[in-house]
Amino acid sequence: MENQLLSIITFLPLVAAIILALFMRGDDAAARQGAKWLALFTTSATFVISLFILLRFDPSNTGFQFVEDRTWIMGLSYKMGVDGISILFVMLTTFLMPITIYSCWGVETRVKEYMIAFLVLETLMLGVFCALDLVLFYIFFEAGLIPMFLIIGIWGGKERIYAAFKFFLYTFLGSVLMLVAMIAMYFDAGTTDIVDLLVHDFGSEAFSLLGFQVVGGLQTMLFLAFFASFAVKMPMWPVHTWLPDAHVQAPTAGSVVLAAILLKMGGYGFLRFSLPMFPVGSDVMAPLVLWMSAIAIVYTSLVALAQTDMKKLIAYSSVAHMGFVTMGIFAANQQGVDGAIFQMISHGFISGALFLCVGVIYDRMHTREIDAYGGLVNRMPAYALVFMFFTMANVGLPGTSGFVGEFLTLVGIFQVNTWVAAVATTGVILSAAYALWLYRRVVFGDLIKEALKSVTDMDRREKLIFAPLIAMTLILGVYPSLVTDIIGPSVTALVSEYNAALPVDGAALAVN
Amino acid sequence: MTSADFQTLLPEIVLAGYAMAALMAGVYTTKDKLAPTLVWATSGLLVALALYIGLGGGGERVVFNGLFVDDPFARFAKVTILLSAAAVLTMSQDYMARRDLLRFEYPILIALAVVGMMVMVSAADLMTLYMGLELQSLSLYVIASLRRDSARSSEAGLKYFVLGALSSGLLLYGASLTYGYAGTTQFAGILTTVQDGVPLGLLFGLVFMLAGLAFKVSAAPFHMWTPDVYEGSPTPVTAFFATAPKVAAMALIARLVHDAFGGVPDQWGQVLAGLAVASMALGAVAAIGQKDIKRLMAYSSIAHMGYALIGVAVGTAFGIQATLIYMVIYVTMNIGTFAFILSLERNGRPVSDIASLHQFAKVEPLKALAMLVLLFSLAGVPPMLGFFGKFYVLKAAVDAGMVWLAVVGAVASVIGAFYYLRLVYFMYFGADQEPAESRMAPVQWVMLMAVAAIMVVGVINLFGIEPAAAIAAEALVR
Repeated sequence: MENQLLSIITFLPLVAAIILALFMRGDDAAARQGAKWLALFTTSATFVISLFILLRFDPSNTGFQFVEDRTWIMGLSYKMGVDGISILFVMLTTFLMPITIYSCWGVETRVKEYMIAFLVLETLMLGVFCALDLVLFYIFFEAGLIPMFLIIGIWGGKERIYAAFKFFLYTFLGSVLMLVAMIAMYFDAGTTDIVDLLVHDFGSEAFSLLGFQVVGGLQTMLFLAFFASFAVKMPMWPVHTWLPDAHVQAPTAGSVVLAAILLKMGGYGFLRFSLPMFPVGSDVMAPLVLWMSAIAIVYTSLVALAQTDMKKLIAYSSVAHMGFVTMGIFAANQQGVDGAIFQMISHGFISGALFLCVGVIYDRMHTREIDAYGGLVNRMPAYALVFMFFTMANVGLPGTSGFVGEFLTLVGIFQVNTWVAAVATTGVILSAAYALWLYRRVVFGDLIKEALKSVTDMDRREKLIFAPLIAMTLILGVYPSLVTDIIGPSVTALVSEYNAALPVDGAALAVN
Repeated sequence: MTSADFQTLLPEIVLAGYAMAALMAGVYTTKDKLAPTLVWATSGLLVALALYIGLGGGGERVVFNGLFVDDPFARFAKVTILLSAAAVLTMSQDYMARRDLLRFEYPILIALAVVGMMVMVSAADLMTLYMGLELQSLSLYVIASLRRDSARSSEAGLKYFVLGALSSGLLLYGASLTYGYAGTTQFAGILTTVQDGVPLGLLFGLVFMLAGLAFKVSAAPFHMWTPDVYEGSPTPVTAFFATAPKVAAMALIARLVHDAFGGVPDQWGQVLAGLAVASMALGAVAAIGQKDIKRLMAYSSIAHMGYALIGVAVGTAFGIQATLIYMVIYVTMNIGTFAFILSLERNGRPVSDIASLHQFAKVEPLKALAMLVLLFSLAGVPPMLGFFGKFYVLKAAVDAGMVWLAVVGAVASVIGAFYYLRLVYFMYFGADQEPAESRMAPVQWVMLMAVAAIMVVGVINLFGIEPAAAIAAEALVR
């Protein structure tokens, strides 16, 4: 029973989606309400079961736990399991999904389909974080595009078609290259079992390809193929351009899931595949990735300053924050990787909450233009408080979880590359600039816009949505060991194996 | 010629005999009254023969002095051909009847075409190969122009015939060259000849034969007829063209290159890889601008043939297994898709322009959902079965060291995904306008839903076709 817990939480939402699709008829108010309640109940049940998994999880064991292994077609296996790195992503997903579902209580068009899309999406996201077979991972990873494509395309804004296509094709292109690399890995190692692949030694002999000398050999090639997929998903500069479009057009709940969970798949992928499986390839490419991250942090922060659309601004801020994550991962030391995971979890709460904040006023005014607002504090004091809190968290104010993540990654990177650390730190200042400026323009000032004079403050449902997010952001901000105790041992193992796998001169190279 | 020879040929003989008897019955009774009965009788017979072949004994028999071979590979292909033909036939009955197209010749011609395909996949000699191919082709030419009073249907038939005759000419020329240099028309004999080097003339013969066969699977650059014929023919006929004949021709290519030229894979591997790359690229790019669903499906089938050819091009047993699995999945997907296309109409007239799908999901949510599954499957997006087809052939390519082929296939699949998504876009987020109606006979509805369910549920174990395909591939590649 215990070994099937992961399958249970993964497929529970899918079962609910099937029940909705097959047995819920009609489109009257009662049916819509029924669909919402069923979705909320299922996602909450999933969260409760995942809490049970977290309690039974043993952080000191760095191997995979709750492993379920069945044979499948083509010599593949259906293998699920979690370790210290993936368990918190599972928790993040199950924690955020009920909130997301509850946040779209106001949706009235095609409600049943909307709920089905989110339930299927939850199944696929959980599958990504639990899968321990390459192809199984790929299936969950790719299939997640389908519901997200529909969510943006059906329930999105005016330019939704363009955004949906861009989202789908961008990520699909990145992923199919990964698929070819996966097949090559299968061919090289003779297995698709991630546990076996983690200890498999992929060739790192340099070879020449079309006249170029490929340092790191096969590992570099595989790294690049995986990088194509994860960098797009993450998204890293310069392949981030799909994200602002997708975010702006997606409905609020879609943006929340996209920013809070889907982006984390890229970072998770780096930690699960790139770093441990291709250490030499990672080491060869690390300087490039680090500089790309630094550029991303500064460049997208500057771009965020120029935005006139709130969602777009937060989307660019997400790209900048993901830059800290890639930087921390490829610093490849305890603080860096710890910080990267922490940053991803914390960003899940904060960016999700920020998109919900935009959603609250969008539901009232039906515009996301920053210029359409101003002086909201006079009419919406509770909202101003919540928005202020998450703006500060986004900036990385000490006491919120945003600070811990940024600080740890910067400490990690400082030991590896001081210049990158210096450039990235300016990003912290820039993030304060665009976030506070946004806040001032929307919330402070005089209430002069006619349309805003009758706006109402948040109702109970909206306050209820933000409560758990505020709690988590604060708790992780003042007591970060909650996270680091769970991920610590697994990260230590990851980092020491990574360093052990590097050739001696290569390791020296990375520290200069 | 012993009774054992005839025993082996029994399914073909029964089907051909049945076609003759049905033709007589059709002529002597009042013409088309018999047609609905014949459709069901033919489908029943096709399914029965599929069961007979599929559940019959194993082993490999070469009969009629090496003209005809019955091995697991042939049986696998035959079962696929028979079942898909039966499926297309049953789901077309309603459409044909309502458009006044249901002539009694229709099921009979399909039966004869199927006999031709069964002979093709069992060919062990260039003469058998040609006989089967022509029997199939001649039946198809007639079916393409079934709607005699329509200029487009006649055009489709004529175009198909002229270009088909050209390709048959190429094939025959290649076969005669091969005969001249090998001194025999038997595959086994050719195989021994090429073992110590391939004479240049023989190589010419091989290339000409492959060109002729590439025409039959509509692989680029021999694809020109496909969009026009697909568009002009009545939709059920298009559905038939897209399924069984493709399996037969693909199996024939695999048969020819492995049974007759198995010793020299490097001679034909490059040719087939080239065809595969051209088909995948062209199918993906050319479909983007299409406004007619049938034309779009034509380019889609060109692209799919490219992927299936990868499995043959790599020249390994696993490659053949991949191709077989790919073809089964491809045929299943197409049956479901065409069941849907058949049902589209406006004011009682069939429509097939893409714009008629606008906001279809609002009117028919369940059918739209089934179609959504099929389209994502055609695009090769996991977890649908179509992904596993692509995964098999890409894996075959990487295993055989042709990584570049796999990369091209992967990139082409992204470009191809665009036009399938475009259909989804029309159905789900298109402009607000009156969509076409979808009038489905129960058979079509069952086909569409069953295929959509298969695409999702098949993920569990591919319905066990994997070992069967492996046995079939082992029998072909030694």
